Amino acid sequence: MGSTKAPKKTFEAMVFEALSQLFQNLKDAEIELQNVSIEADEIELEPVVRTVLAQIPTAKIAEKPTVKRLPEKLLEAEFTPPISEYPGRVVEVKIGATKSEGGSRGKSITIGGEVAPALYVFDGLNPHPPVVSIDIFDARIPLAKAVKTEVEDVLNDPVEWAKKAVHKFEAEIVNLHLVSIDPLLNDTPPTEAAKTVENVLQAVDVPICVGGCGDPLKDLKVFEKVCEVAEGERILINSVTLDMDYKRLAEVVKKHGHAVIAFTSMDMDMARELNRKLYEVLPRESIVIDTTTAALGYGLDYAFTVMERTRLAALMGDVELQHPLSSGTTNAWAAREAWMKLDESKWGPRELRGPIWEVVTALTLLLAGVDYFMMMHPLAVKTTKRVIERFTSGGMFDSSRYLSWASLDI
Amino acid sequence: MARSLSPLEVYNLLPKTNCGKCGEANCLSFATRLVNLEVEIEECPPLVEEVKHRENYFKLKDLLKPPVKEVLITRGGKAVRIGGEYVLYRHEFTYRRPTAIAIDISDSMTPESIIDRVKQIESLSYPYIGKELKLDLIAVRSVTGDPESFRKAVRVVLDNSSLPIVLCSLNPDVLKAGLSEMPGDKPLIYAATVDNWSRMAELALAYDCPLVVSAPNNPVALKSLVKTLLECGLKDLVLDPGCMGGEGLYDTIVNFTMLRKAVFRANDSLLGFPLLGAPISVWLEKGRALDRKWEECYLAGMLIVRFADVLIMHSLDGWVLLPLLILRDNIYTDPRKPVSVKPGLYKIGTPDENSPVMFTSNFALTYYTVSSDIQAAKVDAYLIVVDTEGLSVTSAVAGRKLTADKVAEAIKESGIENQVKHRYLIIPGRASKLSGEIEEATGWKVLVGPLDSSEIPKFLSENWYGKRLWEAGR
Repeated sequence: MGSTKAPKKTFEAMVFEALSQLFQNLKDAEIELQNVSIEADEIELEPVVRTVLAQIPTAKIAEKPTVKRLPEKLLEAEFTPPISEYPGRVVEVKIGATKSEGGSRGKSITIGGEVAPALYVFDGLNPHPPVVSIDIFDARIPLAKAVKTEVEDVLNDPVEWAKKAVHKFEAEIVNLHLVSIDPLLNDTPPTEAAKTVENVLQAVDVPICVGGCGDPLKDLKVFEKVCEVAEGERILINSVTLDMDYKRLAEVVKKHGHAVIAFTSMDMDMARELNRKLYEVLPRESIVIDTTTAALGYGLDYAFTVMERTRLAALMGDVELQHPLSSGTTNAWAAREAWMKLDESKWGPRELRGPIWEVVTALTLLLAGVDYFMMMHPLAVKTTKRVIERFTSGGMFDSSRYLSWASLDI
Repeated sequence: MARSLSPLEVYNLLPKTNCGKCGEANCLSFATRLVNLEVEIEECPPLVEEVKHRENYFKLKDLLKPPVKEVLITRGGKAVRIGGEYVLYRHEFTYRRPTAIAIDISDSMTPESIIDRVKQIESLSYPYIGKELKLDLIAVRSVTGDPESFRKAVRVVLDNSSLPIVLCSLNPDVLKAGLSEMPGDKPLIYAATVDNWSRMAELALAYDCPLVVSAPNNPVALKSLVKTLLECGLKDLVLDPGCMGGEGLYDTIVNFTMLRKAVFRANDSLLGFPLLGAPISVWLEKGRALDRKWEECYLAGMLIVRFADVLIMHSLDGWVLLPLLILRDNIYTDPRKPVSVKPGLYKIGTPDENSPVMFTSNFALTYYTVSSDIQAAKVDAYLIVVDTEGLSVTSAVAGRKLTADKVAEAIKESGIENQVKHRYLIIPGRASKLSGEIEEATGWKVLVGPLDSSEIPKFLSENWYGKRLWEAGR
């Protein structure tokens, strides 16, 4: 250290270098130098020492490289993948029912069954890839422009919307949100809402998931009717919460052979509590959990960590959390960076920012262990599905080619 | 791992003089903060400066050493720190050194275009909850393979930017030409491989710089290189396990995961170094630039989540980098920070009896976003924070955590009724469906505000100041 004196070196760097040298000397010759008149310098240097060392905390006191004779050839090493044994396993939940299973879907889809965290393939291979579903609504709701452009032609017709989601955007499951039942909006009666569900079931042959409006009383009434008309189809009810008559809903779901999403707000204790209550009625294989998704930039870190912890706890044997995870990834669009017009010369068009926002939110949660994605933008759906396929089919890393990025002419 | 240390254990190695030079009341409180990694050992001046504490300094340094070594990339007074991690999962403690993002410059570019690109890199900045999110490093690549061209390109970058540097070439002669331009600095050198490691080791030793060790998709070779380079006397290494999109995505994510897990779950100390990802490799595939950018973005995002400590990228588009800058901020946020702020009445600026009254949720991010938007507009206002159990407005409305009754209760408890003469309440646009119920429960007249708080200033000037509503609303 300190052998070269660069012309551009800052004052701090020089002081730091001098200090390091000082420390080095002191270390080499502790006794002789111990009481030499350094004190005056110390006082003067103190504020600088603090700034400098705060900037460069690994003070180079111990870091001086000891030059040795270079080995003639590479030393051998071994690598053993760090494998963990996980005592727990996530339950499998089947969504949709084919003819032979008592329904009319083209196929049913099973999620869950994990034996290891997402993509910890050295720990164990998980049996089912996550699925990507698409959100559709039975009434006009405010949508981001980038999304609206894609579905403008079907906004007023949930049946056409469902068809487009399946045939054009390749949704594996359709999430029909019955927002119009909201007493504060259209207050659509249960029979009418159930009719929409029947129509969508007839229009597409993928499994469907049916959501309410968030009003615990109205949702229950509507779900009762929906469960009844969809008997045998094993739809996924979205959702049961602690502030509704969960017991009643669980009984209805069970009676008609459906599955349900248990929704809680980023709180593992509440997720456990709700599940415990549901177990009194429902088999574990009928419960998916949703611990809440927040958008990238607006709480994704909390959402991610709650999901990651939930999955790890499940694998470590916490029975009450051993359920597939669902994510309302569409919430990504709540981020202003996803939908608002920003200075385009700096941040690009929102037509790109929006879908990539949804992608990054989805893939972050994929790594936390999400099994069931509810998404919106076709481009985001496509990318997320492709990534999941890559992880399902494995891959071929082209080691011979990789390093050439360093000299690549782009 | 620092978090499992007891403050007493650390305290015993401190000077125990309670001199207060660190800013703490006493050594025990400094010890507690050290264990929580809120301060650094070097902030105790006596420990660093006085010879008699030297032995304890080294003991402490060792005691508090992170399993993933911290490596510094420095330039002048600037240092980018990478690694220094204590945990595998962020909830186990907190991640510490946000993934540094480097943008490339190639030596085949003209000086003018280099300057242009450097300016873009330096000026990219996004305001986010009181911070400015920015890029960290410039990676100079040798496309020509010519040492002199590389040296010149490095010179242009140095003259036009103050950012620390990554020098990229597999040819030691090329790198040496670049290094010769930066004496005293510590650029990160990319990269030592099974083919060139010996000469790279000499370079890194001669210039005392951190060195990237690259062994694509081959952890055994990676460890073998690390072992050899440590034997050479090198200390600051960075590991490149290989990073590719497309067919290579699977192995990429698995390798990053496996290597980092080996440090924390199998005590594999040879792997206890920062991890480098090069999403720039997606440009090896031909095709539309837009597709390359898209892939580079999500690959980088996955690596930020899966343990990358430094990334080298090519795309400089705002829409590619913005989600990554925010994702990295989110992932590296201390998870011990509370999700919510205290419900109650918050004054922004100096509001009076005619000032607008708004409410929002007590989710910390919502509160900070809304209040900083109002502050930035220099508007005086009352902001009532309703207890939504830490949920955002949208989630709280959906989950019935934000109801008309809760708003009524919050208004009552806030004492706002004695602070303003009018009875107008501006509610978040995302709670618009509650407007009727809120009017009923509170007796206040509801104005539905914008969907996004950035539009509050515009909303107020049109609907509040423009109409002078407070005069009518008494």
